Amino acid sequence: MSNISRDEVAHLAKLARLAVTEKELDVFAGQLDQILDAVAKVGEVAADDIPPTSHAVPLTNVFRADEIRPSLSQEQALSGAPAAEEGRFRVPRILGEEQ
Amino acid sequence: MTAVVDLMDYAEVVERYDPVLGLEVHVELSTKTKMFCGCPNLFGGEPNTHVCPTCLGLPGALPVVNGKAVESAIRIGLALNCEIAEWCRFARKNYFYPDMPKNFQTSQYDEPIAFNGHLDVVLDDGEVVRVDIERAHMEEDTGKSLHVGGATGRIHGAEHSLLDYNRAGVPLIEIVTKPIAGMGERAPEVARAYVTALRDLLRAMDVSDVRMDQGSLRCDANVSLMPKGASEFGTRTETKNVNSLRSVERAVRYEMTRQAAVLASGGTVTQETRHFQEADGSTSSGRTKETAEDYRYFPEPDLVPIAPTREWVDELRTTIPELPWERRKRIQAEWNLTDEELRDLVNTGAADLVAATVDAGAEPGEARSWWVQYLTQQANAREVELADLPITPAQVARVIELVKSGELTNKLAREVVQGVLAGEGEPDEVVDKRGLKVVSDDSALLTAVDEALAAQPDVAEKIRGGKVQAAGAIVGAVMKATKGQADAKRVRELILERVGS
Repeated sequence: MSNISRDEVAHLAKLARLAVTEKELDVFAGQLDQILDAVAKVGEVAADDIPPTSHAVPLTNVFRADEIRPSLSQEQALSGAPAAEEGRFRVPRILGEEQ
Repeated sequence: MTAVVDLMDYAEVVERYDPVLGLEVHVELSTKTKMFCGCPNLFGGEPNTHVCPTCLGLPGALPVVNGKAVESAIRIGLALNCEIAEWCRFARKNYFYPDMPKNFQTSQYDEPIAFNGHLDVVLDDGEVVRVDIERAHMEEDTGKSLHVGGATGRIHGAEHSLLDYNRAGVPLIEIVTKPIAGMGERAPEVARAYVTALRDLLRAMDVSDVRMDQGSLRCDANVSLMPKGASEFGTRTETKNVNSLRSVERAVRYEMTRQAAVLASGGTVTQETRHFQEADGSTSSGRTKETAEDYRYFPEPDLVPIAPTREWVDELRTTIPELPWERRKRIQAEWNLTDEELRDLVNTGAADLVAATVDAGAEPGEARSWWVQYLTQQANAREVELADLPITPAQVARVIELVKSGELTNKLAREVVQGVLAGEGEPDEVVDKRGLKVVSDDSALLTAVDEALAAQPDVAEKIRGGKVQAAGAIVGAVMKATKGQADAKRVRELILERVGS
């Protein structure tokens, strides 16, 4: 049974800013289905008394003291930028609205 | 494109529809450093100078949680009467937008650190409305964009945008209310009163600057309407970043009149983000809202869970200061104030100062008199807010104490306060430096009394003959000799003693 539709794959590709061809959509939809099926097997052994694991290390509350550490200089910060202007990162026209 | 927007008369809106509000308030914490790195958390600064590989989202950089920010989040949760999670995680909220250099925002999703609380909000006429709090969660702020090339500096028509990431990663607490329904025509006022109460609370707790003008407190207002008598909420809009208390009220009111006109003409409200226009108080359409699924939240793998021990939570509970409105309620009862008198005290900024002075040991009447009269005059003369006068409630309380113990007269006390305001130090230091102590040592006073009596033997004779009121002349002479630093009542007693003996 199909877990993920072709349309959903297309939507995910759009959200992830991936250019996926029509042909690839068919391929990926099938492959993702198999992957989801494999992952779903975990659900078969998971019981209510076993909480889902998100971290492999049994640690909690790893905190940092609120102390200032050196920042980069503006020059260093912008050194990897494809384009910069007025001390800021320059990005192409943004389509859509502000967050 | 300028479309004429139909608005319904407000009275008709509330007659036909019930508004439902949901308020999301973002608060920037005033920690020294950012949420996940040691970059300074400062407003402004040269662009991209408070940044590092972590807050720039450079490959390989790893976040570490700021413990102080977690502490503030828990304290805020407690002050909002929330339950504090035994265990919770951060989550990645995925979206592509240049103000988040990582392409995801580290936030909390289904496991907020605080949930199920409430805040009691006092309206202008004294009515108390309980606003239920859904959750308060931790996240990080975004960078700031500058849109270049557009006619209005806005994003529409811009050629390109410039990004400053100094603000990216600043600790943010998002506080979300449950739906606020049943407020009718008072809905806009409730919205403003809620944000005001939250601001006062956060300020009293000293966890944020709460400067709406600088964006350290921001409100998004969700508004929907449902026909009177309906039980199902209507479609809502979310008006973003409303940046003053007055604007919160205006934005809600505007959306109510706009949505009502849409619904009444048989249209449907589009679920979308809207932008508030400060100039005319209107809102304009923004993007259509993504669904939560589109953000593809998942637990943040780079940060381990947070499990606040109950001991820690209880310890933090003891650090919650008296809440501003509780303090106001208490001082109103203790000082027998009418609602109007209390409102005046609050509006002039004196209420909290007087209360703090009382807490420092002064009598309420004295404390009130100093702040409302003498110190308000001083503030007006200097054209500053009362709270910005360079004198603390503790210092005022000390001056009051010195008067009460007889070490200062009221006249001398005002001189001491002048000294403190002039930066001469603590009240006791000013007393020493200016030599302002009341002469209370009887032997020193007796010398002065004897001298005055000897200088005016005729007056001494009158007093001895029973004309007690003649003693006034001797009191005057003694006060003059001691430069006003004697207690006149005591001087009079000593004169009568001397003459009678």
